[in-house]
Amino acid sequence: MVEALARAAGEAYVRALKTLPRDVKDALRNARGRERNARAQSILDTICRNVEVAEETGNIICQDTGTPVYYLSLGEAFPLPPRRIEEAVRLGCADVTARYAIRPNAVHPFRRVNTGNNVGRGVPVIHFAFTAGDALELLVVPKGSGSENQSFLKMLVPAEGRAGIERFVLECVTRAGGMPCPPVVLGVGVGGTFDQCAGLAKRAASRPIGSACGDPDGRALEQKLLQAVNALGIGPMGLGGDTTALAVHVETADTHISQLPVAVNTQCWAARRAAVRVDRDGQATILS
Amino acid sequence: MTAQPVEMELETPLTAEQVTALPLGGTVWLSGTIFGLRDATLRRMFDEGAPLPEPLAGYPCLHTAPNARKVDGRYEKICIGTTTSARMERFTRPLLRDAGARAIIGKGGLGDDSLAAMQEYGAVYLAIVGGAAALQTTQIVSIDAVYWEDLFPECLWRFTVKRLGPLIVGMDAHGGNLYAEVAAAAQARAAAAGV
Ligand code: SF4
Repeated sequence: MVEALARAAGEAYVRALKTLPRDVKDALRNARGRERNARAQSILDTICRNVEVAEETGNIICQDTGTPVYYLSLGEAFPLPPRRIEEAVRLGCADVTARYAIRPNAVHPFRRVNTGNNVGRGVPVIHFAFTAGDALELLVVPKGSGSENQSFLKMLVPAEGRAGIERFVLECVTRAGGMPCPPVVLGVGVGGTFDQCAGLAKRAASRPIGSACGDPDGRALEQKLLQAVNALGIGPMGLGGDTTALAVHVETADTHISQLPVAVNTQCWAARRAAVRVDRDGQATILS
Repeated sequence: MTAQPVEMELETPLTAEQVTALPLGGTVWLSGTIFGLRDATLRRMFDEGAPLPEPLAGYPCLHTAPNARKVDGRYEKICIGTTTSARMERFTRPLLRDAGARAIIGKGGLGDDSLAAMQEYGAVYLAIVGGAAALQTTQIVSIDAVYWEDLFPECLWRFTVKRLGPLIVGMDAHGGNLYAEVAAAAQARAAAAGV
């Protein structure tokens, strides 16, 4: 079972690196159709061409193979306990890193020594959620550093309200400019505690394009911010144009009476992710 | 700002005259030898003062750390793309002044000191389409030399490229900076919208 899960977790990582999800490809193509700036059109064409070349040649889309981030939804009757599941995911990452010569990115924060296999202290990042049933659903998001580095959190005061949230998000996008490889998918977390808020932003950034926030206030903010961000004119690669963000995703949580945390997690146009379900007998089914 | 795009084919090495003639916002397709380097490579060159294994003068330097594998003592390309340039800001000046590079290829742009150094020494910043590495890998003909393998993947790489591009002149040799223009316009729009 550990081996079957390791294989599913590793192969999902590779699949994410090679093929963009349908919703992301469609969003890129639609953005190209709407774009009015000639330079931005040419950049979007190059991006779309790149996605095709990756599929034609079986190569990975972008050289930054990222930090693998796993979101696991664990059914209560799944036969492996979380500790063994974690072990399997780590095994899977190390195995495909060697087999497919995936660039290893995990280094010690001070000594900068590379572990060589994309597995290390806290890497891959593994989040657990618990659910009914006997299956395990696994979503892997290889998170590139160009966009991850353009991620910010601020503890606003409640009096700053919605206007403060919007201002902060626009500041972040402007400051990031071309560095996170726009057009981006912006993940915005609002509320919770400091750590929870960052987690919400990251979860939001890994949602499919076209999905909406479950909180009606969050949903309204998604639409308003998408328009405001694209009105900035930063454009693909920060070189001008109408397409700065493909989507803005918001996730919310209740917060303390005297807090208003807001976090922005930036996801580049290479919004890679892959999902797989592993049944109780170890059978894997690709979900995306 | 968005005049008709100018398209140019260039062969490396590049002369000061060639790069100072490149217009801001123009599109370049590069062929010939280029070098690849990034954070650790530049620390070795300029913080540790390691002597250059071969001269870089006249060549473009790409901010990169490739996926490559060694087969029978030679490196084969797997996926070669570009990293965010801003982290390497403090190395632009020595790279242009001491090593004589004529262009930096990267993504996201560089800062004010880089812009000044490009003007002083005659060099440009060429913006690549970040993340489009599968495509760019097909434009890299070969990996010809690899130095400082202990830094892998942050070695000093020598590549032969054929029509690498499109590359956009994001910062020219006369103080022109497309990123700064776009950022200033964005700030003005945000201010006008009252946020
Ligand atoms: S920011 Fe994204 S698209 Fe750009 S280089 Fe990094 S992983 Fe690739």
